[in-house]
Amino acid sequence: MDAMEDRQAAIEREFAAFDDWTDKYELLIELGKELPGIPEERRQEDWLIRGCQSKVWLHASRNPDGTVHLEADSDAIVTKGLAGLMVRIFDGLPPSAVAQAPLWVLERIGLAAHLSPTRANGLRSMVDQIRLYGRVLALQDGSLPPAQS
Amino acid sequence: MNMPHPPFDLEALRAQFPILSRQVHGKPLIYLDSAASAQKPEPVISAQADYLRTHHANVHRGVHALSQEATDAFEAARQRIRRHLNAAHAEEILFTSGATASINLVAAAWGRTQLRAGDVVVVTRMDHHANIVPWQMVAEQTGARVVPVAVLEDGTVDEADLQRCLALQPKMVAFPHVSNVLGTVNPVACWVQAAHDVGAVVLVDGCQAVPHLPVDVQALGADFYAFSAHKAYGPTGFGVLYGKRALLEAMPPFLGGGEMIAHVDFEEGTTFAELPFKFEAGTPHISGAIACAAALDWMSSWGMEALAAHEHQLVERALAGLSAVAGIRLVGTPPERVGVVSFLLEGVHPYDVGVLLDAQGVAVRTGLHCAEPLMKHLGLPGTVRASFAAYNSPEEVDAFVAAVQRAARMLR
Repeated sequence: MDAMEDRQAAIEREFAAFDDWTDKYELLIELGKELPGIPEERRQEDWLIRGCQSKVWLHASRNPDGTVHLEADSDAIVTKGLAGLMVRIFDGLPPSAVAQAPLWVLERIGLAAHLSPTRANGLRSMVDQIRLYGRVLALQDGSLPPAQS
Repeated sequence: MNMPHPPFDLEALRAQFPILSRQVHGKPLIYLDSAASAQKPEPVISAQADYLRTHHANVHRGVHALSQEATDAFEAARQRIRRHLNAAHAEEILFTSGATASINLVAAAWGRTQLRAGDVVVVTRMDHHANIVPWQMVAEQTGARVVPVAVLEDGTVDEADLQRCLALQPKMVAFPHVSNVLGTVNPVACWVQAAHDVGAVVLVDGCQAVPHLPVDVQALGADFYAFSAHKAYGPTGFGVLYGKRALLEAMPPFLGGGEMIAHVDFEEGTTFAELPFKFEAGTPHISGAIACAAALDWMSSWGMEALAAHEHQLVERALAGLSAVAGIRLVGTPPERVGVVSFLLEGVHPYDVGVLLDAQGVAVRTGLHCAEPLMKHLGLPGTVRASFAAYNSPEEVDAFVAAVQRAARMLR
């Protein structure tokens, strides 16, 4: 989907201004602060992502128009920034795009190293969980054939 | 080996650590995670490499020259480690894969034969998981129960609670010489005496003490003392269990295999080797033993007292510098502390501090530090832990404090 391409290109441009990691984290912190998050009373135990040193809550539901509504939160602000990045990329897209569209921007902005399964921030788990949400919603609305599940 | 030590020259000492010249994220590495694992000086690296290049063969069994050279070097390492710990006998020094294996050995070989249903094993709430879980496992098998001693807000063990726990007449009392989270130095000799007075056997986890303090197992009186080589400038995968000879002789073997037997016979049954080999099944980590001995030589060459004095200055400088950071909370204020400073920034997750320090080239540990019960007990989500070794400099401490200041500003 082109929307996802455009969003990733915009993120790439924003991060391109920085080559120092401290500055990149500054940007992630800003993203974290901007993310509405999930109010504590709405957070559910099964929205928690495993494998993070900090806690990450991730929840996907369906908008009235059938697109994916993605919400995320974390008790660590850098992790919340990473979650915010994910929301910027995936929120409001059709389920099939959430499930399958190419995700390339993390490599371009130097965050690919954070995708390793053993990294403490859980970015890998976040991506996997979002893809899974997309797949389930796509199977439900028939936009992905069951054979691809 | 009581050779006079050279004057303490930090630049010369640092120059022995090749890794300190590298950069991370384009910035000079400031390594403050030595409590997790210390970096290695050139003499340790070359001792291990030289052995592998010129002396390696399997030990104890071969009649050929190389095997005998390897055996001599391996057993010389045992003597060197015995001397460092001031153990009475070389056969009281067992080689393991690390402190975790050492403690598991005692929990299995001693615990399974000595513990009965209802018996008490006392540990502390400041123990590393490695000195908790093996006891829980053997308690599960034997019906014994594990009772933890409380820790006070200042990071010291609650002595009154310790007395209450000792009144339960435990069979085993296990505790750390130094806390890996708080740096608290525990009064080992005093507690060993108190535990012996109620008839308990004592195991001391010495992982965080051996890199920083002279350790004399006879003066401490502990029945078992465990440490890992890699936290004391030595290699990973090698550790030591000191045990009093009479206790070790009475214990059954833990692992079976080669090296640990006298005779293997299907009809008449297998008989086991003498100490220490009874507990060293399989081919040991020969180069690890040799490199561990080289690490102890390296520490002794500078003098444990000189290293300790330097590290004390680093810790005091870090505490003073961090105290000035707005919103900081130092976790634990033990009267006697080595190697470690744990802290939190108010309202900030430790993980955030860790990644922002990493971005500035400063390596620290964040999280629970394999001490989840301590964090729960203190009501903390984890801490940021800076840990110091002899190769750290006052300038690095200042840069670390400045990096924490910057992180605090960014996260405000």
